[in-house]
This record gives sequence, C-alpha cells and structure tokens, in this order.
Amino acid sequence: MKHALSVLVNNQPGVLLRVVGMFSRRSFNIDSLSVGITQSPEYSRITIFFSGETHIVDQLIKQLSKIPDVAAVQLHNPEDAVYRGMTLIKIKSSESNRLDILKIAELFRARVVDVQATTLIFEITGQDEKVVAFTRLLEPYGILEIIRTGQIALERGEQTITSYKEKPGFYGKNML
Amino acid sequence: MHINGARAVIESLKNEGVELIFGYPGGAVLTLYDEIYKTKFPHILTRHEQGAVHAADGYARATGKVGVCVATSGPGATNLITGIATANIDSIPLVCITGQVATPFIGKDSFQEADVCGITSPITKHNYLVRYAEDLPRVLKEAFFIAGTGRPGPVVIDIAKDAFAAEFDYEYPDSVNLRGYSGINIGDEKTIDSVVTALQKAKKPVIFTGGGVISSDTHKFLRKFASSMHIPVTSTLMGLGCADPDSDGYLGMAGMHGSYASNIAIMECDLLIGIGVRFDDRVTGIVNQFAPNAAIIHFDIDHAEINKNIKTELSVIGDLQWSLPLFLEKTAPYVSSIKSNCKEWYEYTIKMQKENPFTYKEDKTHILAQEAISKISDMSGPDTVAVTDVGQHQMWTAQFFKIYGPRNFITSGGLGTMGYGLPAAMGAKLGMPQKKVLLFSGDGSIMMNCQEMATLADYAIDIKIIVIHNSVLGMVTQWQRMFYGKRYSHSLFKSKADIVKIAQAMGIKGYRIEKKEDLKTGLEKIFSEHGPVLIDIVVPEVQDVLPMVPGGKRLDEMVLEGDI
Repeated sequence: MKHALSVLVNNQPGVLLRVVGMFSRRSFNIDSLSVGITQSPEYSRITIFFSGETHIVDQLIKQLSKIPDVAAVQLHNPEDAVYRGMTLIKIKSSESNRLDILKIAELFRARVVDVQATTLIFEITGQDEKVVAFTRLLEPYGILEIIRTGQIALERGEQTITSYKEKPGFYGKNML
Repeated sequence: MHINGARAVIESLKNEGVELIFGYPGGAVLTLYDEIYKTKFPHILTRHEQGAVHAADGYARATGKVGVCVATSGPGATNLITGIATANIDSIPLVCITGQVATPFIGKDSFQEADVCGITSPITKHNYLVRYAEDLPRVLKEAFFIAGTGRPGPVVIDIAKDAFAAEFDYEYPDSVNLRGYSGINIGDEKTIDSVVTALQKAKKPVIFTGGGVISSDTHKFLRKFASSMHIPVTSTLMGLGCADPDSDGYLGMAGMHGSYASNIAIMECDLLIGIGVRFDDRVTGIVNQFAPNAAIIHFDIDHAEINKNIKTELSVIGDLQWSLPLFLEKTAPYVSSIKSNCKEWYEYTIKMQKENPFTYKEDKTHILAQEAISKISDMSGPDTVAVTDVGQHQMWTAQFFKIYGPRNFITSGGLGTMGYGLPAAMGAKLGMPQKKVLLFSGDGSIMMNCQEMATLADYAIDIKIIVIHNSVLGMVTQWQRMFYGKRYSHSLFKSKADIVKIAQAMGIKGYRIEKKEDLKTGLEKIFSEHGPVLIDIVVPEVQDVLPMVPGGKRLDEMVLEGDI
C-alpha cells in the first residue's frame, strides 16, 4: 500500500538521518523524498512517499512523532490532499517532428524549457498518471533523460500540518 | 562568568546536581579532563569506556538519577556503543559526553575521528554535535531534560575539541524550549474511566507489571492496587521489585523462564492490565496466543508502545505518576465489589503458585547454581541490590533471588549484554553506598569486562561478585542441547581460566568454593569481609533453566522438567 507522509522538523543537520532511519530500519523503500523550507525559518518540511503495511505505518508515525526534533507528522489521505512533483524530460527531436512533439506537449500542458537543434527539454508537473501518459507518448521519439523531483503533498482546506501538532494521541506530539 | 567550554560542561553538571561521573580520558577530551583536575570534580576512572557507560547505567538504575559518562573521540566513543544501546532498550537515563576532533578536522578522516552522531542516532533518545562553546549550556540543559523526563533514555553530546577550549560568558538557562518535546505526559482521564468499568466486570484479572513502574517510582500505587483489590500480580524481568515477593497474590516472573502460575494466569485471565511494560517477545511467547481469553489494557507513558507488539482493547497513555493515583481514586468506591468478584480466581492463582514454585533437583555431590543463589538470597537483607550479567545465572537470579524493592534488581533485560554486570554493580554501589550490592555473573560474562576488577580495587568499591562457574556458555549450550542436537558449537571453554587468580592479580580478594559442604560456611565468611571480593562457585556443566517456553510456543506450553 502506498502512503504519503509530511513531517515537520527542526531545520537542523542530522534530523533527516533520524527520520529516514525509521524507514530503512523497517526495510520500507522510499519512493520519493522531498525536503524544503517552510514559511517559518526554524522548520523544514519533509514529504515522503513510500509503500508499507498499514499497521506498521501507524507504529512508524508514532515513532517519528517521538523524535525530539520532529514537531508534527501528518499522514495524507489522497482524496483530501494535493500531490505535486515536477519532471524534466529531454527528448530527441528534429525539424521534421518538432511540431508533432510540441502538440502533444500542449495537450499535457508541459512547458518547453530548452530547445536545441536536436533536442527538447520539457517541464511537466502534476499527478503521476499524467506524467506517465505523457512519457509514453514521447517514447517513440526517443527519450534521452528523465528526472523527477520528490513529490510534495498539501492537505486541502483550512487544516495545516500544525493542527496535527496540537492533538496529542493522534498523529502529533508528544506522548513520550 | 567568563570560562572555557570544558569548564562550562563541569559547571553545567554541577547545575544539574550531578555528583559523580565515570570516564576515560583521551586526546579530544584533554581540556575537559584538565578542568576535572582543577575543579576536583568527582570522577571514576574505569579501565575501558564500556565499563564507564555500564557503570553510569548501573548508577542510574540504582539511584533513579541521570548517569553521566565521558569518553574521547573515535574509539573512545565507539566503545560506548554497546552501553548506550543497553541503556536505550531498557529506557535508562544517561548523558554520554564524547569528545570530537576539532571543528576544522571534522569530516576529514582525521586521527580518532568517528561520526558519533551518525552512529548513535538509532540507539539514543537524542544526540547533539556541539561545535561552539556558546551552545554548551543550552545543549546540556536540554540533554538532561530529555534523558530524564518522559520515557527516559540515553542522550549523547559530541563536543568538538576546540569548543572545549573556546572561552565565552557562561550562563546556565533555567528552562528548556524544545519545539518537538514537552516532557509533560498527562493523558486523557476518560481512558481511566473505561479501565475502571472493565475492571468491575472482570472475574479473572491479572496485573502485569514492568520496568516502567520502577522508572516512574510508582511501585507503592501498584502494591496498593494489587493488595486492596486482591488481584494477582505477575512481572516482567525488568519489573522485578515492583511487587513484594512475599505478598499473597504475587505469582513471580512471567515469560520464557517465568513461573508456572504466572504463565498459566496470563493464559487463563479475562483481563490483563499491563503497566509500564512493552510486551517483549521473551515474555509473550507466540504473540497471537498471548492472553487469548483476555481483554488487554495497557498503561504506558509512550504512545508508540501501544499496539506495537500486542493489540490492546484499552490504553491509558501518560505518566504512571499521573494515571495510577487517579486510577486508585476512581476505583476506591468499587474495591469491595471487585474483591468479591475475583475471590475465586485470586485463591486459585495463589494455590497454583504455592503448588508450583521455582524448583530444582538437588544434586548430592555438586553445588547447583540455583541452590547457591537461593542460599545467598536467604542470607541477604531486603535492602540488597542484586546485579546480574547475562545468561543462565541471570535467569536463576531472577527466579531464586528475592527482590524486595524497586531498583534492587539491575540487569540488562532488553539488549541482554554480557559483560554488563560488573561495571553496572560498581555504578550501583557508588550510587547507593548504604546498600549491599551483589553481582551474579557467569564465567562467560565476567570475562567480558573483567578489567573493571582493577577499578574495584582502585576505589575499594565494596561489591561481592558471585561467579557461577560451569566452564561453558550455559544458555548457549542449553539451546544447543534442546534445539541443535547437542552439537556444542564453540560453547565449551577449552582452557579453564582461573578467575580467582584474575581477581587477585587485579587487586581484589578471590575465593573458590567447590565442595557442597563448604557452600554455607564459605559464603558466610566471604560476606563478613569488607571490600570487593570475588567468589568462584564451581557448578556442573549440564543444567537447564526451567521452566522454559520454547520460541514460537504458547506460554502454557512451557517445559517444566526433563528434555524437550
């Protein structure tokens, strides 16, 4: 089962190691990881997409909340959250097929970020399925490189990750 | 106060009320040791860093205070690892101060450099790398707060050599300000109400107590709970001493080598109240068959322990200092009805315990470990602290040595660290000089930190070491005998090391007792002596710890005697 977790942590060296250590100890493979600053400079926010059994995930969330440098942990429900990640795709193209490729890109709202005589680079954001469909259509033209950022997740509505902080016994702080 | 970082560490220790530290000097902590010299701060020099960390751990377990140890960078710090992991799994409060190479050398594979924060992250409650002296007061304040509050645990402070030397204006903070950690553990009162309701309905309740009762100093509430409502009590290894071993409803230790009555009571009860336990695999037997007929209730401070190993029906999350008194208050009106509901069950469990005590077949010619430990138990007062190493002697001590109070039984429960006992006993005696401290060890375990006998001699630390000497790795051979066709792969010592001579060579007294008729007089003579003494008691090679619940079996499938 796939899961998406947001972890609000103190913006300090060594914290990422402790958080990621919780996953490696249980042999959970991380599908995507993204770390970035937040509106307040003292916090960083880590978004982790991974697969694992649900009952172990509950345990993992509690263990994560126990780390003194972790301020809040939030498990996302796909229906209540927005997921985004960016992909860059470098593709072979010549004068003869460039317009065809650009048409496909337009359908997917992919942006051209670099044009060379023999290559194009696209930038595309959005859900996984959209990116996969786009790359499948580009495959016949010859994909040279694909690179993806870690996905990030944000809950819809007024709830924020810090609202989880104030609910002890739920996903937040701090029963230890 | 304008002082250097090293002095700031000492001043912070003083501010935290630290009376004694254990350690071993080296390059990266020379500045710190210079300040220890100048301030005459009480410090015990062990013979190995592992000895220092276990001693700090024994000190912490015996006193309830935070234990402190110091080691240098690189190998000094890595020698602490086993001790930190031992303390972490048993939730023992420690502050471990390690030196780190100077800031400009960090990350350059410098001499005696190791990534201590990286190595210790999975086995500490928290850790710090300090590069600037100005950070030291805050970090020390936080470290002691994190180590000692909530569910206790070890905290490592790795301090760069130049931070020890740098001077700054020292001021110790009054409070900590941690965004991700409160240390306050008041739970939801409603959860206690539902436990009271469940208890009123129960006919066959059992209290299952653990190390959390000891670390929270709540054994008095627990004893009152059990005795006022007539509910039988069983304990984990770590919980020994919570209950009075002479009290009626006490069934003894549960689990792999637990008592018959405890294990059967767990299997037959209709309500199991776990207090400060973590349902370790050594105590549950096969997990999905643990207390199969019971609703399980879990009192614990740590949210992450709930439903970790055993699914519980009800949980009370919070400090036992908060939950247990409140629970007693709320049950007060129902005490007599609960008592009468459970009368039959209570009497049944007491009878079961009386009919099936821990036992052994006496040998006509040889001294048996069980016999020696029982005798020593009879000779010791209720204020005696029993420390153990790990193996057969550990289980026999848990079975046959009566532990009358909390913090009187010190053992490496979770990690099972051989070599833990001697330094831990040393720390326990230094923390509790008024108590008699006994160490039970084996001829395997004692060798793993035998260098600390020299420390005993240096400081004349008055502990009595009882080595149960069977010339084999007892627990390993027991498993090989039972499950590996008696193929004793590397578990028999070929040469018989003379442990008495080792003791004497290190500067402490050593005696050997071989003959059965000498046991009583020999022990009496030795216990009357002052100062550290080692007694080597020779016992037969083949002897099993029983009862035993083999791995993957239910608790009621325990083997009581003979082969499996």
